[in-house]
Amino acid sequence: MPGALLPLLHAIQDDIGYVPELAYSLIAKALSLSVAEVHGVVTFYHHFRTHQPGRHILQVCRAESCQALGSDALEIHIKNKLGIEFHETTPDGAFTLEPIYCLGNCACSPSVMINEEVYGRVDNKKIDQLISDLKNAS
Amino acid sequence: MTIKIFVPIDSTALSLGANEVAVAISKEAQAKKLDIQIIRNSSRGLFWLETLVELETPQGRIGFGPINPSDVKSLFDADFINGGEHPLALGLVSEIDWLKKQERLTFARMGITEPTNIDQYMAHDGFQGLKNALNLKPEAIVETVTASGLRGRGGAAFPTGIKWKTVLDTQATQKYIVCNADEGDSGTYSDRMIMEGDPFVLIEGMIIAGLAVGATQGYIYLRSEYPHALKTLNEAIHQATKIDYLGEDILKSGKSFHLEVRRAAGAYICGEETSLLESLEGKRGLVRFKPPLPAIEGLFGKPTVVNNVVSLATVPIILAKGAKYYQDFGMGKSRGTLPIQLAGNLKRTGLVEKAFGITLRELLYDFGGGSLSGKPIKAVQVGGPLGAYLPESQFDTPLDYEKFSEIFAVLGHGGIVAFDETVNMAKMARYAFNFCAIESCGKCTPCRIGSTRGIEVIDHIMQGHDVNKHIALVRDLADTMLNGSLCALGGMTPFPVLSALNHFSKDFGVDAIDSKA
Repeated sequence: MPGALLPLLHAIQDDIGYVPELAYSLIAKALSLSVAEVHGVVTFYHHFRTHQPGRHILQVCRAESCQALGSDALEIHIKNKLGIEFHETTPDGAFTLEPIYCLGNCACSPSVMINEEVYGRVDNKKIDQLISDLKNAS
Repeated sequence: MTIKIFVPIDSTALSLGANEVAVAISKEAQAKKLDIQIIRNSSRGLFWLETLVELETPQGRIGFGPINPSDVKSLFDADFINGGEHPLALGLVSEIDWLKKQERLTFARMGITEPTNIDQYMAHDGFQGLKNALNLKPEAIVETVTASGLRGRGGAAFPTGIKWKTVLDTQATQKYIVCNADEGDSGTYSDRMIMEGDPFVLIEGMIIAGLAVGATQGYIYLRSEYPHALKTLNEAIHQATKIDYLGEDILKSGKSFHLEVRRAAGAYICGEETSLLESLEGKRGLVRFKPPLPAIEGLFGKPTVVNNVVSLATVPIILAKGAKYYQDFGMGKSRGTLPIQLAGNLKRTGLVEKAFGITLRELLYDFGGGSLSGKPIKAVQVGGPLGAYLPESQFDTPLDYEKFSEIFAVLGHGGIVAFDETVNMAKMARYAFNFCAIESCGKCTPCRIGSTRGIEVIDHIMQGHDVNKHIALVRDLADTMLNGSLCALGGMTPFPVLSALNHFSKDFGVDAIDSKA
């Protein structure tokens, strides 16, 4: 397969949630690349994580359309509610919080994505409900 | 007789609870022992009415919306299936003014068909363009696309036919068609709608492009933020391959075309065509120097057509109905239609496909219905995060590539994001620099360093430090980025920054600014 590195990294992250540094040398060997090249690619792309994330990944859109309908305040609310900043995981391992720049749901801002599902017209009440539903489920 | 009820499967509809609506409908129907069939159609793009539930009747499809899961019981209680009145009834969907006033060419099937049902695609004029193309010489296909006046809908507005001609004229053992589906611009979702809602039209456009330039392999570079589009595209490719529209010997023509979806990984810069090609090759998405053009040395060094989703999805109707049909829409050098995406603080958001020439004011007020908050609209960003902010005094500008260029603005990918009077434009200018800093590939200095210096200078202005001196610095920096950056990310970040500064100087703490952008 030509250009196999990104599909391979996706497959690893889809499977275990992140791309561990331990895997770099194996990937490099398989694709005849240097470890530095693999490291360079993993760290270039926002999508790839190098550490185990929480059980749920909560991504908050920070782009213009969401800002026009109050995503800044929503972002602060979520950070306070979970007690973490972006790129952090709650101490109980339940949530990892990440920024995202546009989910293509701009007709119904503000939007968040939780575990690859998009939610539109999110306000404080709706996000509180979503978070508590996930806490109860897990 | 089985009653057909349509509930969209588009991700914006899903984001508002369309799946829950479908489940609720199914439960109610079971409880009432009604014989219904729920069809998961694409979305009409009337997102302000989602979840838009439609009911098939002898007169046509009747709409109900916006329907929340909790509204479903009341629909059945009102006996909506037998014409019972309900406050959320909208009448015939095709007669809703917002939809009726549009000119849907590329989006003709949107909301009508089931996304991955290839028989329905064919029943609604699908593959007509491909069948015509199979009877034409490559030169004639390219000539048709050139004559239609189609320009790249990704944002750069480069004539599609001319790009194809370059690839056709370049001799090579292998050529590629690459679809840029890395729709990263905020306020845009037309690519997503096509891929989730009418994937075969994109596939058909790519096959035609392959026939036109002599390419046998295509890639769709899809942003990782669109998981539903990934599933839909893969299913559609599977369907098309099964009946020999894709693969070896397409419809026994002796021509072949293979297609594969590749996932991007959340880098905005990979929407830039050369960075996209690096990424497809499995590398960091660093922008390449041009020349050589991708049309001559593109993917893996081979001649490559890189086109946006909407551009490729517009090719089938041009080949089906002829260049003149498409060319007759539009104004000036902007021919055909533009799928405009209304977003942000507007009452009636969604997809408006109209011929070029409609004004921003018509879109914001006639279609958009004004701001959602009810407060006056203060600024509108057109064309994504690298597009200019326009004040009310520019709302009468017609949507036309050249008219926008005259006022130091861009149409980009057709996204329109409205802000009400509560927006602070100095903050939005700061955001533009910040976005550039986060997404810069780092190859050229004006973008890599300039974006961060820009944030610092705007911070000084926002804190009231030596405002006039720092405004002069911002202009100087913008000039360097505009003229010295390798690609549009650094080169166009000055658009939102300077337009904010020129049109909304009060937000920067000064009364008036001599605009020399």
